[in-house]
Amino acid sequence: MNVLIPSQLRDYTGGRAHVKARGATLAALLADLERRYPGVRFRMIDEQDAIRRHIKIFVNQQLARDLSAALAANDEVVIVGALSGG
Amino acid sequence: MPKVKAGKGTPRPASGPVTLLVGTRKGAFFIRSDRARRSWTLAGPHFLGQIVNHLVLDPRDGKTLLCAVRTGHLGPTVFRSTDFGRAWKEAQRPPAFPKAAPGEKGLAVEHVFWLTPGHASQPGAWYAGVSPPGLFRSEDGGVTWEGVAGFNANPMRSAWIGGEENQGPPGGATLHSVNVDPRDARHLYLGISIGGTFESKDAGATWRPLNQGVAADFLPVKDPEYGHDVHCMRLHPLAPDRLYQQNHCGMYRLDRPGEKWDRIGNAMPKKIGDIGFPIVLHPRDPDTLWVFPMDGGTVWPRVSLGGKPAAYVSRDGGRTWRRQDKGLPTKQGWFTVKRQSMCVDSRDPVGVYFGTTSGEVWMSANEGDRWNSIARHLPEIYSVEAAGG
Repeated sequence: MNVLIPSQLRDYTGGRAHVKARGATLAALLADLERRYPGVRFRMIDEQDAIRRHIKIFVNQQLARDLSAALAANDEVVIVGALSGG
Repeated sequence: MPKVKAGKGTPRPASGPVTLLVGTRKGAFFIRSDRARRSWTLAGPHFLGQIVNHLVLDPRDGKTLLCAVRTGHLGPTVFRSTDFGRAWKEAQRPPAFPKAAPGEKGLAVEHVFWLTPGHASQPGAWYAGVSPPGLFRSEDGGVTWEGVAGFNANPMRSAWIGGEENQGPPGGATLHSVNVDPRDARHLYLGISIGGTFESKDAGATWRPLNQGVAADFLPVKDPEYGHDVHCMRLHPLAPDRLYQQNHCGMYRLDRPGEKWDRIGNAMPKKIGDIGFPIVLHPRDPDTLWVFPMDGGTVWPRVSLGGKPAAYVSRDGGRTWRRQDKGLPTKQGWFTVKRQSMCVDSRDPVGVYFGTTSGEVWMSANEGDRWNSIARHLPEIYSVEAAGG
């Protein structure tokens, strides 16, 4: 499926904003992203599998609260870096 | 008070250029000197926009740098360079606590705060202190990190740090000031803000508090065993039985095997007090040290007292202190110097350096007798370390 990578993480994807990844759940998709782009997962997901406070992940425009969200092959995943202030 | 002599092996003063490694809230910078330390050149930034808590050179090879990094958006990690900053690679396994069992709440590293190279006999060994308070060790030059279970899983850990809900200083309670005894790689000290000073004699397998004599005015208990607020603690490498500490509640010295810290800050001028963040030691004289006092009154402004910044030096282990402010602003200078933002080089006379939260770097090439501004307009400075010399 298509995954939109925010600018904060594009050092890991060689500068690419749009990448492909596979997985039946958000957890599996992130594991696939980690295989393709080592190190990227831990910047988004902490060691207790929580999505970090200033990262938001949308599946078909719906905010995912945790990694158990089910995914289908044609879903669109958008990862957003969300932080205000200086 | 007997004067402490440095042990055998006192190093000869260095004579080459100095490079300052500057960590800021928006990236890392290098400031390089000429041989005379008169001319300074700023280079960088590295990791622009990322929070750099600490950037440290491995003294065992003189070229490996480790950099503790996070951003507002992204989780914490460690980058490493084996060519003094020309190229950087991220750690393959950054410091991370173990995954909690189902139904239990586990810890997550908020930021890597402090880096300490390991013992000279253990190339590739490093320690990292993190927030929430935790200790990690790398055996491979920072590529992979493992938690030191003797501390992180210690049944007393939560009590030592006042519970997981304790947020401590801005950014969260944190573990720092990891000191390795140069005589014994298994002998370690660390400081926690808040938590206190702790000692291990078995490479981190077990720890015990070492806080006798240290005030903790903010706690309801008189003379608690732990819970103190260490701001910065350093062991003198040539006299490893001597420790100095800048605490939230004063300046202290401890001579082992003694157990009770002596409040050397009592000798500071009363109108200045003995509150601050950093404390740095002369590389060849265990009786000489510098501090940078700040205003710890009322609501804790944590800026230079009266807007008149000054370092203070002691040449006798803290028995007496002398103000050093030549060259610094004489009014309206509201400096805050954080705990990792003051350092010394190994030249003769020793160069003393500090960075401010307002993005200025100052240096003295004559052990604090006169200060010069060598960089301005940087982001908020979190750490300054001197390399080379």
